[in-house]
Amino acid sequence: MGKKNSKETLYSVLILLPSIILIAVFVYGFIGTTIYSSMTDWKGMSVDPIKNFIGLDNYKSLFTSFINKGFRQDLVNTVTYTIFLLAGTLIFGLLLAILLDRSVKKEGIYRTIFLYPMALSFIVSGTVWRWLLAPSGGLNAIPTWFGNSQGTFQWISSKKQIWQFNWQNIFKVLALVIAVVFIIFLINSIINENKKATKRNSIVVAILLIFAFIIQPLLPPAIATEELHGFNLATIGILLAGIWQYSGYAMALYLAGLRGLSASIKESAKLDGASEFTYYTKIAIPNLKPITMSAVVIMAHISLKLFDLIYAMAGTDNAFTGHPSIRMYTTTFRANKLALGSAMAVILFICAAMFIIPYMIHSHKERLQ
Amino acid sequence: MKKTLAMVSIGLMAMGMTFAQGAQEVTKVAPKDANKLVLNDIKPSGDLEIFSWWAGDEGPALEAMVADFEAKNPDVNLINATVTGGSGVNAKAVLKTRMLNNDPPEAFQVHAGQELIGTWVSADRMYDLTPIFEKQGWLDAFPKDVIDLIGTDKGIWSVPVCVHKSNVMWYIPSNLKKWGVTVPTTLDEFFATAKILKAKGILPLSMGQTWTATENWENTALATLGAADYDALWNGNIAWTDPKIVKVWENFGMLLDCTNKDASSLSWQQATDMVVNGQAAFNFMGDWAAGYMMTTLKLVPGTGFGWANTPGTTGVFQFLSDSFGIPKGCKNVDAAIAWAEECGSKSGQDAFNPLKGSIPARIDADMSLYSKYSKSAAKNFAEDTIVGSLANGVVANEGFMNDFSSVIEQFMSTRDAKQAAMACGEIAKSNDMIK
Repeated sequence: MGKKNSKETLYSVLILLPSIILIAVFVYGFIGTTIYSSMTDWKGMSVDPIKNFIGLDNYKSLFTSFINKGFRQDLVNTVTYTIFLLAGTLIFGLLLAILLDRSVKKEGIYRTIFLYPMALSFIVSGTVWRWLLAPSGGLNAIPTWFGNSQGTFQWISSKKQIWQFNWQNIFKVLALVIAVVFIIFLINSIINENKKATKRNSIVVAILLIFAFIIQPLLPPAIATEELHGFNLATIGILLAGIWQYSGYAMALYLAGLRGLSASIKESAKLDGASEFTYYTKIAIPNLKPITMSAVVIMAHISLKLFDLIYAMAGTDNAFTGHPSIRMYTTTFRANKLALGSAMAVILFICAAMFIIPYMIHSHKERLQ
Repeated sequence: MKKTLAMVSIGLMAMGMTFAQGAQEVTKVAPKDANKLVLNDIKPSGDLEIFSWWAGDEGPALEAMVADFEAKNPDVNLINATVTGGSGVNAKAVLKTRMLNNDPPEAFQVHAGQELIGTWVSADRMYDLTPIFEKQGWLDAFPKDVIDLIGTDKGIWSVPVCVHKSNVMWYIPSNLKKWGVTVPTTLDEFFATAKILKAKGILPLSMGQTWTATENWENTALATLGAADYDALWNGNIAWTDPKIVKVWENFGMLLDCTNKDASSLSWQQATDMVVNGQAAFNFMGDWAAGYMMTTLKLVPGTGFGWANTPGTTGVFQFLSDSFGIPKGCKNVDAAIAWAEECGSKSGQDAFNPLKGSIPARIDADMSLYSKYSKSAAKNFAEDTIVGSLANGVVANEGFMNDFSSVIEQFMSTRDAKQAAMACGEIAKSNDMIK
């Protein structure tokens, strides 16, 4: 390393130092504090709190104890919120983007209309949607305009649950879900005739299936008693509001992507006799993959921040629309169980990291290439 | 490169841990003066900040009491800090951050009883107000049951300003006549009446979101157990797994069968509206519903709407109270004492309560100022056995109340009485309710 080089390194370190220190204290320091608190039995608002170190007991309690059953349903809700919010916003966003891409008149007006919901805060849109989804008014009243009887669906207060599974078999369920993802990868690699990937994916799928059907039944169940969790129909109301609010955002992302494709590609596709449909499915959408990637990350982490929307629409005590962030708030600031609340916060933090870290690795790899 | 990265991240982790230690130190610096409240004859002056959730409909009542206070203490500059939100949902969170930050107001509103004791008294952040009670002769002015519920063996922690009754059943007399039913006085009678009403296609009981279900649960518990056993439950003398408690949950399940399916999306006002509109026959709700029906819906008490004790609770007054406490570490203790004296005074309570629609906590108030409903409630308050309410923080601490709402939510979908009783036993244990 030359002399000049080391001097430059010194400068860059000096310049970065203030922000490194600030981030170390205010981000990692607080993360550290929270992780530490989550491993204590800190409870109450005392001036001189007693914090005994109890290891992972809070986490164990969250995943297995009878009284924290609600938290586990909240986790299941998070998964369904994420999946449906992602699917809904991306599909509607893409559709809207394609419609606008076809040189519509007064495009700017439509763009503004579709993007506008995103400018509202979740509290505002949540309050409006609560009124729209009231059991005896709003959407349920629409059939009466056509002389039909009023709708009876309980948008945010339904107590029905479908796709139930037993928490005792949680590892099996997880293994099967991951297996399904890898089967999709496997099919993809077979189609692309990528032998290396095919081999790797089939091994992973085989291991997961062996675990799910042969090893798992031999293990003791995760908890002592049967406990059903599933997809709560009450969350449909929340999802509707969330998708309405963020479809416009996905549209803006996709529209930018579509506009980024050079016009000559579209021209040559047309010359080769491709229909509009073929152009979008075979050319445009595959080229939008990077946009989809970032949209997935953004939407997934919005689904972890649904606190305001659920708070405004269903309040803090509606178990059927629950979300870990709401339970974290009530546990910490209403029930004064600061350690247990910290444990929930850490779990939410890990969920967020599960989306962000693969994305960062992926984009880092791409930059290297 | 990878090595440096690893080093840096380890360094950061270490910093995080040291910081964690540091944060602990900071909380320890808070003032630890375990000093007692000292009464003196100095005329209070300076700033006095009172913190409450009485805004909106309840604002004028507070203002009337503030006006009375200012006339008596002209040198005090009263700062009225309110945070809106029914039963203090938002105010309590704001208060917690201020208290943890060592920036307490001079006095704050709180539900009297365990909600205050479990959170702030057990954290050693409140003054014992016994000297004020003794000096003012309040030990005789307030019912003894009330003093017991708001105090511990170490002292009395807040001054009750207003009293509400939570075991009231509301109905519209003309509707009951039309449907040919009478007011049930026991749970069995209620379920029989409900059967008749259901056959006619009328909803027997309207209910709102979770906390109103908790109110209905406490009414059912009181009816099933009776006042003595109900008290014993909260004192830890009856186990939560006792067959009697399982019976409470069974009765509660039957009560839920009489309620509307869309309960969890309705506010308590909307549930009351269902009775007023003739969609439902009865509603169990604390007596703020009387204020709502008289002031907002302009109904005449007695003829426009009727009331009775919830079935099976005759002769018992399920009590809750808004009160003011004085936190340790507040800047102007003398003014805070003057405010507490105002809260408990006859003139203060008679300025506040007629406007809020509640009844005074004192038994010697001037009842000619109050509505027909309040007069009847005040009579009950003076004569009946008094027990505490769960939904409004008298008998259980905040941790228990929070967990109890999840138990109720779970019970609504499983309807498993034994499991619910067991769950209550667990949450009572984890919230230090069992001695």
